[in-house]
Amino acid sequence: MADGSEPKLDLSPRVSDEVRKTTCYMCACRCGIDVHLRAGPDGEMKIRHIEGNRDHPVNKGVLCAKGSAGIMQHYSPARLRKPLKRTGPRGSGEFEEIEWDEALEIATGWLEPIRRNDPKKLAFFTGRDQSQSLTSWWAQQYGTPNYAAHGGFCSVNMAAAGIYTLGGSFWEFGAPDWERTRLLMIFGVAEDHDSNPIKIGLGKLKGNGAKVIGVNPVRTGYNAIADEWVGITPGTDGLFILAMVHELLRTGQVDLDYLCRWTNAPWLVERDPGASFGLFVRDGDGKALVWDRATGQAQPFDRPGLKPALKGDFQAPGGGRARPVFELMARKYLEPEYSPDAVAGRCGIAAATIRRLAAELADVAFEQAIEIDQPWTDFRGERHQSFIGRPVSFHAMRGISAHSNGFQTCRALHILQLLLGAVECPGGFRFKPPYPKPVEAHPVPHGEVTADSPLNGPHLGFPRGPGDLALEKDGSPARIDKAFTWENPLSVHGLMQMVISNAAARDPYAIEVLFLYMANMAWNSSMNTAGVMEMLTAKDEDGEYRIPKIIYSDAYSSEMVAYADLVLPDTTYLERHDCISLLDRPICEADAVADAIRWPVVEPATQAEGRDVRGFQSVLIDLGARLRLPGFVDDAGKAKYRDYADYMVNHQRRPGVGPLAGWRGKDGEASGRGEPNPEQLERYIENGGFWRAELPEEARFFKPFNAAYQDWAVGMGFYDQPQPFVFQLYVEPMRRFQLAAEGHGERQPPDHLRAQIKAAFDPLAVWWEPFEQAALKKDGVDAQEYPLHAITQRPAAMYHSWGGQNAWLRQIHGRNPLYVHGSVMAAHGLKDGDWAYVISHHGRIKVPVARMDALNPHTVWTWNAIAKREGAWALDAKAPEVRKGFLLNHLIHELLPPRGDGLRWSNADPVTGQAAWFDLRVRIEKAEAGAELSEPRLGRQKSPVGQGPKDVTYGEGWG
Amino acid sequence: MTTLPETTGRKLGLVIDLDTCVGCHACAVSCKEWNTGGTGAPLADTDAYGADPSGAWLNRVHTYEVQPQNGPAQMVHFPKSCLHCEDAPCVTVCPTGASYKRVEDGIVLVNEDTCMGCGLCAWACPYGAREMDPVAGVMKKCTLCVDRIYNQNLPEEDRVPACVRACPTGARHFGDLGDPSSDISKLVAERGGYDLMPEQGTKPVNQYLPPRQRDAWASELGGCDSAPFNLADLAEPETADNAGGFLGWLDKALERIG
Repeated sequence: MADGSEPKLDLSPRVSDEVRKTTCYMCACRCGIDVHLRAGPDGEMKIRHIEGNRDHPVNKGVLCAKGSAGIMQHYSPARLRKPLKRTGPRGSGEFEEIEWDEALEIATGWLEPIRRNDPKKLAFFTGRDQSQSLTSWWAQQYGTPNYAAHGGFCSVNMAAAGIYTLGGSFWEFGAPDWERTRLLMIFGVAEDHDSNPIKIGLGKLKGNGAKVIGVNPVRTGYNAIADEWVGITPGTDGLFILAMVHELLRTGQVDLDYLCRWTNAPWLVERDPGASFGLFVRDGDGKALVWDRATGQAQPFDRPGLKPALKGDFQAPGGGRARPVFELMARKYLEPEYSPDAVAGRCGIAAATIRRLAAELADVAFEQAIEIDQPWTDFRGERHQSFIGRPVSFHAMRGISAHSNGFQTCRALHILQLLLGAVECPGGFRFKPPYPKPVEAHPVPHGEVTADSPLNGPHLGFPRGPGDLALEKDGSPARIDKAFTWENPLSVHGLMQMVISNAAARDPYAIEVLFLYMANMAWNSSMNTAGVMEMLTAKDEDGEYRIPKIIYSDAYSSEMVAYADLVLPDTTYLERHDCISLLDRPICEADAVADAIRWPVVEPATQAEGRDVRGFQSVLIDLGARLRLPGFVDDAGKAKYRDYADYMVNHQRRPGVGPLAGWRGKDGEASGRGEPNPEQLERYIENGGFWRAELPEEARFFKPFNAAYQDWAVGMGFYDQPQPFVFQLYVEPMRRFQLAAEGHGERQPPDHLRAQIKAAFDPLAVWWEPFEQAALKKDGVDAQEYPLHAITQRPAAMYHSWGGQNAWLRQIHGRNPLYVHGSVMAAHGLKDGDWAYVISHHGRIKVPVARMDALNPHTVWTWNAIAKREGAWALDAKAPEVRKGFLLNHLIHELLPPRGDGLRWSNADPVTGQAAWFDLRVRIEKAEAGAELSEPRLGRQKSPVGQGPKDVTYGEGWG
Repeated sequence: MTTLPETTGRKLGLVIDLDTCVGCHACAVSCKEWNTGGTGAPLADTDAYGADPSGAWLNRVHTYEVQPQNGPAQMVHFPKSCLHCEDAPCVTVCPTGASYKRVEDGIVLVNEDTCMGCGLCAWACPYGAREMDPVAGVMKKCTLCVDRIYNQNLPEEDRVPACVRACPTGARHFGDLGDPSSDISKLVAERGGYDLMPEQGTKPVNQYLPPRQRDAWASELGGCDSAPFNLADLAEPETADNAGGFLGWLDKALERIG
């Protein structure tokens, strides 16, 4: 102070009255959080502070910007307050508030007759749902085939390619060995999937002096701190990867011992033309055979002591000729078309760089190999003295996945990992239990409907061949989204992005009720947003909506709310029960199995005057009982579960196996398997909201082949008997689809799809030009009309549309210019702050632009889902998100531009049906600034929750 | 005007690793969250759901694009908060004595009871690290979480600033920069930590660690990747560079592994 004295400070102020530990839901990462509660001046408990739970397996104490902004999400003015019944036209946002009894009676009144007569007339799809184990089971008991979550427009390419190749993919399935890896190559990753674990891991790599290579057209976030940035041209990752595969094969830098033992590289493939050409040679028990050089005979692959051949023309026991997978693979990728020189131009990466990067991968894998001194036994019964590690790891996400060639690109990446011997080893990519699981451990799709009865099995699964497609007897699609049809046979997550357009077109059939949870389909989660809004409001000549009834559950006043007839208001994440279950999307680590709960750290009724909301899962269980669905009522027809919390504790999917694996059994001593424990949730709460059990040391690596791991997994209840398997370089189920396309087998594709299936279902990874780009070509020349690629990224500090209502986060990401390379800015006479039209084959939008040079020069990009519709999210009509924000979605169509063959093809991966968001091609034109309004303008919706307050002074009174 | 202490017992401050910061804003939001409910007036937000939302923050993350002489453009994320300078011009300019630097640990604070909101200190700070609260009209700045770092109500491991506690990449470090034997001082010495804008003569306590070299190939090879690299030997085929050669090599390789 002026007189040199200092004010006396209270250096130990009270922090909170109580700390409650639960699970974050500000994105899909599912970190543990410590919620500090403190009485406000009025005596009510308020949230003082949220920080990361130091003991939690996911985030280990840290927390991202979204997590720390949870207070603003919880107290958001956009929270819904009561059930809503539509009073105005769809899209208007005009509702009346009703009581829960009335809302549930309306829903039951709609759903009950459908189930009795034709259950498929209900389409139930969930968005960023973390309770798919419950929601899918509910839909199965209801009997509709029309259920899925949002994977079809998210990352199903990644998930499906991972399961078919390795038995699991990145993120929830596995992660780089952050402690030991020396080189990480990260493809197409912006934020989330995984959010904090990747950041923690990158920090570790930096500390260890490991190298990080970022492959991404845009150099933000993780790519900004990468030691090397590879600014690849979108959609060419598969080419780049296969060129590195070419180099590794050419130079002999592959892990032959690993390939012989742990992959199907030595498996014999039939080479005699006919109905089994390209399938594996098997013995009488169905076991795949390899050629054993020691005995000079074909032997089952799982025999001990084999010396398998990796090349050669052999006589199969059945009489035909056969060659090992490895030889087929090597011959294919050694072709000049995969050489770095052949791909460099298309990838935007110098051939020399590709060669150097392949050499660096090999150098780290083989010259810097590590070894962990830990004896273990493999599934063949052979004993090993140590775990050999290849300290090279990879991570990838939507950037390589959301293309029409995404499935095979993800496959290519897994093949690269396997050639280096860098999966499930120390220093490489490691699975998180209960993964990996082979395709055989997953169900096949089910779609057989019987009135008044459950579906004949789980909706979603992994087809082994054409026989598993979800087709009616006449060949028509069983599902409203046309998943598991010849257009996209391996659509293992369903195709949520097709539901609204198919329902509006009544193709393949009409539905009665569309029931959605937590998916903003009227806005950022749909391609062709304006078109989808029209479909949701389209009417027949008789004046009835073409999609007759829409039920929607959300916690907030999103754009989709305005299009519902009945709105079921959900709680915020701090007011609810949830289980982060091993039956669903787990949060395990490579060395430990874990699950977690959410529990109401505050009660909804106390959080705002007159607010009456319920957790969606509890509402679904209530509806299940009202509809008397099997499993939801007891023999007397009474509700079996009081609410979701009761279900989490008492539901058993198989005897002894329920939603939560911790503290099972009457005395709470059992893990994995055990009777329901009435005290289970208390035990979770005492332990910080999660349960974690470490793997035995011997079980930690090579899990699919490791006997100790297999036994431990059976004990935990992941499966009922050991099911070792080897990684699949060559995917036989894909060959079965090719055979059908070649005319073999009973179930045949329509003729117009034969060529596509034959090309796309190569059992070895291949690359094809992104479909939109190919369709826009004129006379074989790349489309000069649309010379730029356009993509989005998620900001690290915001997740989808949820963040727009957040008073703090919208100060960080309230605007989303289109980022344009300096050379393109100059060519168009643009400078920062100017406006431009962005034009695709489908649409035209008007946007503000900004220069960025750390960018592939043929690419433009923007932040995802910043724009908001006027009236949504309790924002002012003059909010920058409303006036200047824009979605690229308007430029993207569900269908490709016409190819001149009279047919319209899906803008999707032909294997899985994943929406090809990142195939978008555009051109830009300078626009007059005018009113500085983005275009298109899509009208306004009346806010059912009013508008947020002018100022926020959160924390007043505590200081 | 206000005087600065001649020396402080310790020099508590932050070390921020620009090599590791991914620009995720976790530190900024965690800071806002802790401090809006902490000592003094809340960190207010105005027009919070409106056309021009803005608020008081004690820490903000800036992003800059850098074009090196060789190689592609780079991005640097740069979190910035009060640097708790030894010669803090924001303190000496304060007409009421509200701004002061603690003798014990060197933390620069504002006494909100005597701050009249004139804003001179914000003008004097060359780093733009102070922000006027738009509702309370008092000057806000990083307190180094002085209400956390000594707080007996927190477990010892949590007695660090909220930004350090939250940072997912571990890019933020807290400690005594006046003690050359502290972990944080050693880190600065090892990594070549530097003063922000030393020409201002403010002697900032906070230090920044520079990003390590990116895209090494570009500078080592003069901006192109066509010349031989030291790993290029590996890219030479062991036998011949065609398919037959490779498959021939395979036999020998298989013999080697038995």
